[in-house]
Amino acid sequence: MTDPVAALADAIRAAAASGTRLRVRGGGTKDFYGQALAGEILDTRGCAGIVAYEPTELVVTVRGGTRVAELEATLAREAQMLAFEPPHFGAAATVGGMVAAGLSGPRRAAAGALRDFVLGVRLLDGRGQDLFFGGQVMKNVAGYDVSRLLAGSLGTLGVIAEVSLKVLPVPVAEATLRLELPEDRAVETMNRWAGRPLPVSATAWRRGQLDVRLSGAEAAVRAARGRIGGEVVAPGEADALWRGIREHTDACFGAEAPLWRLSVPSATPPLGLPGDQLIEWGGSLRWLAADADARALRSRAAQAGGHATLFRGGDKSVGVFQPLAPAVAAIHRRLKAEFDPHGILNRGRMYEEW
Amino acid sequence: MNTRDTGIDAARQAEVVAALARALPASSVLFQEEDTRPYECDGLTAYRERPMVVALPENEAEVQAVLRVCSALAVPVIPRGAGTGLSGGALPSRRGVLLSLARMKRILALDPIARIARVQPGVRNLAISEAAAPYGLYYAPDPSSQIACSIGGNVAENAGGVHCLKYGLTVHNVMRVRGVTIAGEVVELGSEALDAPGFDLLAAVVGSEGMLAVVTEVTVRLVPKPELARCILASFDDVEQAGNAVAAVIAAGIIPAGLEMMDRPATRAVEEFVHAGYDLEAAAILLAEADGTPEEVAEDLARMKAVLEHSGARNIRVSRDEAERLRFWAGRKAAFPAVGRISPDYVCMDGTIPRKRLAEMLRAIARLEQKYGLRCPNVFHAGDGNLHPLILFDANDPDQLRRTEQFVAEVLELSVAFGGTVTGEHGVGIEKINQMCVQFSPAELECFRGVKRAFDPDGLLNPEKNIPSLHRCAEYGKMHVQGGKLPHPELPRF
Repeated sequence: MTDPVAALADAIRAAAASGTRLRVRGGGTKDFYGQALAGEILDTRGCAGIVAYEPTELVVTVRGGTRVAELEATLAREAQMLAFEPPHFGAAATVGGMVAAGLSGPRRAAAGALRDFVLGVRLLDGRGQDLFFGGQVMKNVAGYDVSRLLAGSLGTLGVIAEVSLKVLPVPVAEATLRLELPEDRAVETMNRWAGRPLPVSATAWRRGQLDVRLSGAEAAVRAARGRIGGEVVAPGEADALWRGIREHTDACFGAEAPLWRLSVPSATPPLGLPGDQLIEWGGSLRWLAADADARALRSRAAQAGGHATLFRGGDKSVGVFQPLAPAVAAIHRRLKAEFDPHGILNRGRMYEEW
Repeated sequence: MNTRDTGIDAARQAEVVAALARALPASSVLFQEEDTRPYECDGLTAYRERPMVVALPENEAEVQAVLRVCSALAVPVIPRGAGTGLSGGALPSRRGVLLSLARMKRILALDPIARIARVQPGVRNLAISEAAAPYGLYYAPDPSSQIACSIGGNVAENAGGVHCLKYGLTVHNVMRVRGVTIAGEVVELGSEALDAPGFDLLAAVVGSEGMLAVVTEVTVRLVPKPELARCILASFDDVEQAGNAVAAVIAAGIIPAGLEMMDRPATRAVEEFVHAGYDLEAAAILLAEADGTPEEVAEDLARMKAVLEHSGARNIRVSRDEAERLRFWAGRKAAFPAVGRISPDYVCMDGTIPRKRLAEMLRAIARLEQKYGLRCPNVFHAGDGNLHPLILFDANDPDQLRRTEQFVAEVLELSVAFGGTVTGEHGVGIEKINQMCVQFSPAELECFRGVKRAFDPDGLLNPEKNIPSLHRCAEYGKMHVQGGKLPHPELPRF
């Protein structure tokens, strides 16, 4: 049997030699994300499997083509989890795609983002070189942090052959509470909670209703319930609720209108935008399903100290991601040229010009 | 360890001083020997070199001006924070400008609602927590030098501390860095939102040892101070048993706020110094802390106690009050100065290994103590596998110095062979630059150089640190260890 990493590396080398552009793809569940897709598909799913998992080390090393669902099931058997609660957007989602997209779910504000849990990568760069960065240990400052640089790079710098992730124990207890609050009060309340030692693990506000999830030690969750108040949501319903928010199946994400993702400082007052809005991450993440003017939305987000992404649908000619400042854009172009000198990997997926 | 030649080219110095004097007030440019001498080393005092010029900008515009001058004249620039670094990351160059950020030490804004502080790079780590304390907030990473070290230096080194396992490193607690590139351009990386568009350049800059950009402003995340913290002090008759107890705590699904280990030589050294009340008969002690609400602490303490007892702890004490908790920690936090009292010199290593290899590493260190005839007490951030073996030596004895260097090299190379890294939190700097040739392949090192070029095409920012040149690795001539596996693992290596 051929080594699956070597097979991917061979394919990249061949493409580099012939100047063939490649579209790196796992399960294809995030084809909707980013700029237009172009190039010959490089399927990563053959490079799958869990390489090493030792629960007492809190680390799992897994190949990029492994399905996220399979990884999560393996961790669940040891009462552990991916604490950043990644969205799958489909059963076929792979770990490599998850890291390349860099998206985190409801627990992000409390536990950290995907990038915070990346400990190391085995990377195939645009020359097909097989490179290891970081490792399987919690602390590692040898060289630059190339592993985290790859989180959210949308496959433009290299193909993630393997990744080592920090994992955490599943909380012993969990409860979801529901409060009725208008938008401004909800933003204030979420920020106030976050400034206190409460075990809040997720928040979501939409249509005048604020849901808050508590996770942690049994006694801590019980005590926090008293301090937060509101109505208890039944466990089954709560699971469905947070899954719906993570996977964007909640009605608030809309079906027809373009979906904008506004990432802003958590205490930003209501943005006063038209359309259906869902607020997550203690106020830091605001989803807007609306046919909004890109320029106006971006300037509003920038004013608040954040940025806006055309997450799904809409007219991508406005640019999916907020434009970068010229000096920062220049660093991006040079990094791309260093990692992928032939410009063959997911070209134009993040910003059109490269 | 060596003191480099201090010869400075006077004509070149005059040229650089004149150019900087057009950009900065005269009092901000130092070049006389008595003025530049205090900058000749950082916390790694075994390496010294007098800088050609020291520049002390007071604001970002002055930083830009310095970098433009240096860029135009092709002068290397070595940024420096508080100078507490342990790997020689701020070791000056006689051909370069030492850029001290010490005068930029204002807390610009602290927002207790959004839980962020915007600070200049020279602000001390602990000063941030002190400013946040009235709001029940603090800045989590707490390196041992936190009363002195600056946040700009913390960013450069990705500093850790004793609470990293639960609260993360600098990279997890810094939201945004504003900096200046060698070309003099201001860049903002990260955001006061939870993410930023494009590549995660913030992650690249954190831990980059001042080689990619000069930090001029940092936004840090503040977190609520736990209502309560209590600490378990457990002693073990056997070091291996203590190592296994660490794994057992984690296996039980507990993430302690701190999980530290010290061996008997280390506890004996500190006990004389701070009287922490450690069990001096124990082969090793563990400190395990629980924090959170009183309910959480009670629950975690009970679970940890049970695990430690089951793991064979011979004695377990739980801090009864805050004073006792601080006393338990005082010993651990004073480990370096305590060891400094019992030996003319010491070198602190910083390898990180998978926790399960802890006992094996300790046995190897004991063998190396015999081999080199040098003592080596051990303190560890056991929870995250980060080791700080302290080799005691006398730098005035050239043979001891040579044996120490070989001892260090063997321990670091063993860390790599065990699937770990040569540095967990102190940085590569100049100290571990040879071992980078062991940890990374030539292609990987070339990739690092590519990252460097993307920020600093001419290689002027803190050159010759962190990433070794091809030539250097060829000279060092050690084997690269791939994926934690030495070639021919069957061969004995001691």
